[in-house]
Order: sequence, then structure tokens, then C-alpha cells
Amino acid sequence: MTGTPLLQIDDLHVRFPIAGGGLLGTGRRLLHAVNGLSLTLEKGECLSIVGESGCGKSTTALTVMGLQEPSSGSVSFRGAPFSGPGAPGRMQRAKAVQIVFQDPYASLNPRQTVHASLAAPLRLHGIRSASEIADRVETMLINVGLTADQARRYPHEFSGGQRQRIGIARALILEPEIVVLDEPVSALDVSIRAQIINLLLDLQEKYGLSYLMISHDLSVVEHMSDRVAVMFFGQIVEEGSWQHIFANPVHPYTRRLIAEIPDPDVAIRARDPAAGFTDVPLPQGRSFAMDGSNTPDVFTAPTPSELVEIDPGHRVRLSLRD
Amino acid sequence: MTEPLLDVRNLDLVLSRRGGNVPILQDISFQIMPGETYGLVGESGSGKSVTSLAIMGLLKKPLKVSGGQVVFQGQDLLKLRPRRMRDLRGDRVAMIFQEPMTALNPLSTVGRQIAEMYVLHQGKSWREARRLAIDALDSVKVPNPERRVGNYPHQMSGGLRQRVVIAMALACDPDLLIADEPTTALDVTVQAEVLRLIKELCAARGTAVLFISHDLGVIASICQRVGVMYAGCLVEENDTVALFSNPRHAYTRGLMGALPRLGSRLTHGRQRLVDIDSVIADRSVLTKTRFITPRGAANGESA
Repeated sequence: MTGTPLLQIDDLHVRFPIAGGGLLGTGRRLLHAVNGLSLTLEKGECLSIVGESGCGKSTTALTVMGLQEPSSGSVSFRGAPFSGPGAPGRMQRAKAVQIVFQDPYASLNPRQTVHASLAAPLRLHGIRSASEIADRVETMLINVGLTADQARRYPHEFSGGQRQRIGIARALILEPEIVVLDEPVSALDVSIRAQIINLLLDLQEKYGLSYLMISHDLSVVEHMSDRVAVMFFGQIVEEGSWQHIFANPVHPYTRRLIAEIPDPDVAIRARDPAAGFTDVPLPQGRSFAMDGSNTPDVFTAPTPSELVEIDPGHRVRLSLRD
Repeated sequence: MTEPLLDVRNLDLVLSRRGGNVPILQDISFQIMPGETYGLVGESGSGKSVTSLAIMGLLKKPLKVSGGQVVFQGQDLLKLRPRRMRDLRGDRVAMIFQEPMTALNPLSTVGRQIAEMYVLHQGKSWREARRLAIDALDSVKVPNPERRVGNYPHQMSGGLRQRVVIAMALACDPDLLIADEPTTALDVTVQAEVLRLIKELCAARGTAVLFISHDLGVIASICQRVGVMYAGCLVEENDTVALFSNPRHAYTRGLMGALPRLGSRLTHGRQRLVDIDSVIADRSVLTKTRFITPRGAANGESA
């Protein structure tokens, strides 16, 4: 954990103006989507952001992709600014960070062959030789478990799992260092999901990729992640290694997420897994901020709280001493 | 031994086309006992939803039943006149679907839609039905039912809408509830609440449930007995605990090995997930074997 992290998000805030508020419905309100989020991603690791709909995890991913401007705070890549003034252009950014979306059908152009979808980024990045492009497309297809002759086909000719492989191939064709995985297996059937998870882990090892995964599925997160950040309404409530989060979750919201995931083993053992967690004594006079029992108002700035390190690398959000 | 509430016997279903029929379901047989929660689990296209549509008599052309019986409370639903079937639906057998928005009329208040059930099936007056609708909303734990009864579906969250649909489904105290992926579109914590609700309400009223899901975890947490579907066949059936602790069919075993399990990495380290296609080279053999274990006989012989 020394030196400059590959990706650093520092005190990120994203607020969206929402029309229609106030007495006459003409006012503007600010929706606080992400509130002071700080994270680092190291080379070769898989960091997962977990949370439910509306917690701000996808907004965070879009900001990292440069598709959403932060309201304040910064994103830096290898110590250099990646957002705001001094940020690199789209072309440089594309070589650093790529994304795999949840629904590969919606994210592939139905009128382009697989070859065209994969060749376009290479051409844009200055590779002129048709034979080199064909070589790289072919190699990439084989790497994701497809065959070279499938390059001539269109997205609708593939099954859901194969389409997700194409989505992964397109993300990797420029050899980015970071791949954002936005719910990469949520839309897939169990047997296909296993194949894609295995593929993602193989590719990570082969290319030394760093993954920033957005997911609501804690079983997948436990399987794939090195570190996990749990988000609730725009803020991280708990962050730690996968062992911290799954063996010793401390924040009530994390515990609730883990307890309520439908898992055959847990259901068969017919016990409440939360009962097995040992409570960690909180520092004097402190309490959990946003314990997940009530829904905060997204239109007001959150009450002050901070992430407190309770174990090296394991941080939990506590209210500020009052 | 008590009579089963629903007895599906050797159900065959085909997609009829010029030039011949394509088999969709082959020889599906299972029973649901009164008050029992029975799960059908399988991947997309395995035939679990079409099974439920066949039971409800909601198949559309070109799908048609080509053989078998669906015996509900002693009568074969497949032989019932459409009019009688319509009276039965919503009254004795009710359904809830994955997407509550499609089951609700966006132009009508949720209160009116629940009240309609009492008016149509029980001949109540609208005034009384509205009062019953408030009670129904209260029973599915919708906060402020007196106020919510006047809400339109779009004014509610996904979790609340699904509660409204459950209230509608249970309004006439059906004997069988068919729930087709009722929590798939919901967040984890909301899903857990809705599952608890279905479990509690059906247990309290003695309603039997046919619960259809692709999610092994959800099935394990709510069902007493489970059937595993693959390619239009019921390949394995057993009591839930026995099925999950001792899966016998190659497909069931593959499916369970393909699932990342919560806590498994902590105890066993990261195991590579099973790729069914690499374990079973020829999937066509999967429908040739069946493991149906009788109720309560966890280690019985296959039928």
C-alpha cells in the first residue's frame, strides 16, 4: 500500500439538480448522489462497490469513466488528475479505463459485426494496418473464449453469455489498466454466470488487470473481490478487505445485506447469520452513522460523520462526536 | 395420506407449427399438498414459467397442451370451460408476477384495484370493498394504508407495488398462489422483506404456493419441496434440505457448483466455479435421467 495508487478518488461529491420543488413546483433541488467518497484502487486488485439501487455506485463508476463530472472532489490516475482541469482527453482516458456493462445487448451496436465493434477503437487509436487489426481482434476473441470466425457475425447471432464475452473483448482490446465492471453477471443465468466469472478472474491474472466492480450480489462480490466498499445513500458505510467484510462485518447495514442475501447454505442451515457476528466495541460516545434502518433524505446534505479505522484497512462510518 | 391440492400428471406441451410440433414440456408430473410451498427452479427457457401458464389456462397460440392432466381440487383444469376457469383464477388460484407494474393498471388507484377483487369475486359493495382493501394493505404491511389506498401505482416504490400485488392475489383467500419470480426485480433487502411476507401470510392462511425462480437461494429459503427443471423436463425433485445437501442429478450438481456460495471462500479458499458445459460434454443426456424422491424419504430410490 505504499507509493501512488493506480486510481485515487478523493472526497468525491456528485449532485444533480432536480427540477420541480418548492411551493410552485418550479424550484430546483439538489439530489446528493455521492457524498464525499474516497477510494483507492491498487494495481491488479479487484475492488467492489456494493449497495442497493440508488446508493450512488453507478454514478461513482461513471465519474471514474469520465462520463460524469464531479461536483467537487477529484479522481486521479497514477497521481495525475483524471477529472476536472488538467484531465487527459478522451483518447488517453480510453487507454486507461474501460467498462463492461450489465446488458451486453444494449451496449453493442446491432448493425456492426463483432469485428467492426472491436476494430473501431484500434483504428481510432492509430492502428492503420488491417492485418494487425485482424490479428488483435482474433487474439482477443480467442482470449475471451470465442472463435476467430465469429468476428464476422452480428450481436443478435450470439447468446447472452457470448455477448457478454464480446463486451469483455471490446473493453480489453485497447489493453486498459482498469476495467470497470458494472453488474457484469447480473443479467446472466447461473451456469453462464459461472463461466463469465471464471473468465474475468482468468483475464485479471493474465493481464494484471485492476477491476472496479459495481454489484449488488454479495456472493459474487465475495468470490471475486480483494477489497469491498459498502455504499448506502451516497456514502461508504464500511470498507475493508473481503475477509473484513464477510468474516467480520461491523456496520449494521453491511450485516443486513449479508444476512438477507438468499443463499442455499444459509437457508438450509436455517439460522440468522447475523447472529454469528461478534459486536465490536465502538469508541466512547460514538454511534453508527446511517445504520440503514431509515432512509435518509437525498435532497439534504448528510449529517457529519466520518470513516473510522477499527482494524488496519477496515473502516466503518461513525457519527461525529456530539 | 392427504389428497394433493394440485396434481400435475404427465403434462406435455408443444409449440405447434406447420410441419410438426416442437416439444416444450415433456412429461411433467408433480404434486402440491395443501399449504405446501413448492418450488420450481431452472434457468431461462427451462419451461418453468410456461408450466405455470399451462396450469392457469393462460397459454397462447402456438403453445398448446398435448397431453396430461392438471387436477386441482379434484377437477381437471384443462377440461374446464373458459368461463369457469376465469372464475377460478383470482379466486381459488391467484398469481403474482415478476414486474408488479405490468400487473397493475396505471390509470386506477391501488385501492380500487384491490377492491375490485372483492366486488368481482365476492359480490361486495364498493364501499365495503374499499374498507376491505385498506385491511388488505395493512395485512401486507403497507404503512399508512388509509392514505396509500388512494395512491396510483407510479406513486409507489417497487417493493410497495409488489406488496399491493400480493394483497390483490391473497384478497379472496386462494387455495393456491402461483408466484413467478416475484422478487427478482427487487433489491436484496426489499426482496428479503417480500419473501418473509409471502411466507408469513401463506402460512397463516394455509395457502399453498407454487414458487417459480431461477434463484437457488430464494428457492431454498422459502420452499419445502423443490423440482429442478431443465430443457422442458423435471429432472430432479426432492424435499428442499435433501435436494440442496445431496443433489443427485448431474445438472442439479452442476448448477449448485456453478453458484458462488456466501462464506465458501472464507472456509475453503477461492474454488473455481463449475462450468456445466465442461463437466457435461453432451447436454442431451441430461433429460434422460430423473431423480424423483418421494416426500419425507430423503434417501429413497429414484423413480
